Amino acid sequence: MKKSRAIYDHVVLLFGVFVMMGPLAVAFMTSTFDYVTIHKEGMQFGFGGHFLETYSTVLNKQSGFTGEVTGWLMTKNSIVLGVGFALGKIVVSMLAAYAIVYFRFRAATFCFWIIFLTLLLPLEVRILPSYEVVQQMGLLNSYTGLILPLIASATGTFFFRQFFKSIPNELLEAARIDGAGPVRFFFDILIPLSKTMIAAIFIIMFVVGWNQYLWPTLMTTDESYFTLVRGIKQIMQNMIGADIPKYNEALAMAILAMVPPALVIIIFQRMFIKGLVEQEK
Amino acid sequence: MTTLRIKNVKKRYPNGAEAVKGVTVDVQDGELVVFVGPSGCGKSTLLRMVAGLEGITEGEIELAGRVVNDLEPAERNIAMVFQNYALYPHMTVRKNLAYGLKNRGTPKAEIDKKVQDAGELLQIAEFLDRKPSQLSGGQRQRVAMGRAIVRDPAIFLFDEPLSNLDAKLRNQMRLEIKNLQRRLKTAAIYVTHDQVEAMTLADRIVVLNHGQIEQIGTPSEVYSRPESIFVASFIGAPPMNLIPADVTEAGITVGDVTMPINTAHRGAVTLGLRPERVQIGDSGAPMRVTIVEELGATRLVHGILGGQDVTLAQDADGPPPSDLVHVAFKPEDAHFFDAKTGRRL
Repeated sequence: MKKSRAIYDHVVLLFGVFVMMGPLAVAFMTSTFDYVTIHKEGMQFGFGGHFLETYSTVLNKQSGFTGEVTGWLMTKNSIVLGVGFALGKIVVSMLAAYAIVYFRFRAATFCFWIIFLTLLLPLEVRILPSYEVVQQMGLLNSYTGLILPLIASATGTFFFRQFFKSIPNELLEAARIDGAGPVRFFFDILIPLSKTMIAAIFIIMFVVGWNQYLWPTLMTTDESYFTLVRGIKQIMQNMIGADIPKYNEALAMAILAMVPPALVIIIFQRMFIKGLVEQEK
Repeated sequence: MTTLRIKNVKKRYPNGAEAVKGVTVDVQDGELVVFVGPSGCGKSTLLRMVAGLEGITEGEIELAGRVVNDLEPAERNIAMVFQNYALYPHMTVRKNLAYGLKNRGTPKAEIDKKVQDAGELLQIAEFLDRKPSQLSGGQRQRVAMGRAIVRDPAIFLFDEPLSNLDAKLRNQMRLEIKNLQRRLKTAAIYVTHDQVEAMTLADRIVVLNHGQIEQIGTPSEVYSRPESIFVASFIGAPPMNLIPADVTEAGITVGDVTMPINTAHRGAVTLGLRPERVQIGDSGAPMRVTIVEELGATRLVHGILGGQDVTLAQDADGPPPSDLVHVAFKPEDAHFFDAKTGRRL
């Protein structure tokens, strides 16, 4: 009974792994063939022997209109966007949650629900006014313009609010008796206690930031701000006329674009799970 | 000298509920005063008002000669020990103890010395570099007290500090707190709902009910001369028997039993009898025994006297009582309370 149950569980899990990882594996394997083979025969299984060649081309080849954009540059842009996006969201939402939970001003609950309502207004809905504001501030084609409009976060505020509410009130009172004012309490007590929570939110937000497509596309016309996610499309677009599209490079770029978020998750996995399921109290 | 004066202090919440309805208490130097009462009686609120964690609606609190109504908790020169310890979980014991001093800008060498001294005094010196999560309940309790001691406050405030410990450890820590407070000669307020803690720890007990003081006195005063039915039933275990009775020339009548007694009171009263002050003997009022509980050293005899439930405590040495016994008490052991107001007559 128990054994058959275990087998059944494993079959289900393995099926899930297959569904999730199968396309990735195919994409990776195909990217190691040359583009002519791919064009003629479609997706490939096995190794094509062009691994080093293709990947170093993708990382180092200077492409784009100006010929200055390399894979490395796009990786850097993506990292700046992902880290800036995640850190910005954490800072803003932590401060917002701190104000809502610990400062008894009249409109705290009201403000919280207004913030929460913005979940109903994702970027896509307010993209024109957002663009207008950023444009008037002269922030087009800059990292600030790329990151700043995205860092207000209702989800982050909600997570931190719930977490702060679960911290026993006596801790705040003990800190008050120990002479810690609002700033000291925030830095000396709240931030260290939220470590795992911050890590968890950082991971989620880093991946979300990394995967941004629409906003960077609108915001940055200067190629030197292109991110990896945009680069994938760029490669396919560069091939004009009778050229065969460089499928192998596009797939390699897609695989490369997945590596940093995957690494972040693997490295921070333990903290991530800890942040979601337990609290150090 | 008086360390703390609480003068006609009231606490009213915005919704109109009155948690503390005008309380006046003094705490003398080196004295340990226990606030005791059932939950919701306002004892914790009162303590938190002294600490500065709750605002004072009316009245005045004076600590070491200055009015502290409008001072922040950190400026009041108090130290508090919380029920759940409220240790900073991410700091080592050393940092937990040092945090308040650090915030005050105490020089580092002085902090180190104070922390070390407190650690030795409380026998937690070897744990100074551990985190609270690596300590047992009793050790955490000691750390919480250490955090209070290093501040060198004018008064210690204890908010039910032992209620998270198991019964055995609680008795041990109770003694330690008493010892420590004696040695430091610092005034202290100790809040508890446990009347045993109150009786054993207190120099004076303040019994609170519904936000008002029922009685202030030494443990023996409160025990032997309760000022109201509430105090009589709250202090002492097992609680005092409180029996509706009628006093006439012939004596005191409980149901259909009349016992001769020499007292000036007349009319309907509530008769209070401590279980341990009633003797089973050959003569006296008849009581039908219903249940006998053996507690080892003592034995509780539950029975019915004149239609009323009565509990007696007697030494467990003698033979168990038969189904019908005769009970008697000394006139000075009888407490009389006004049946209507509940006050002592």
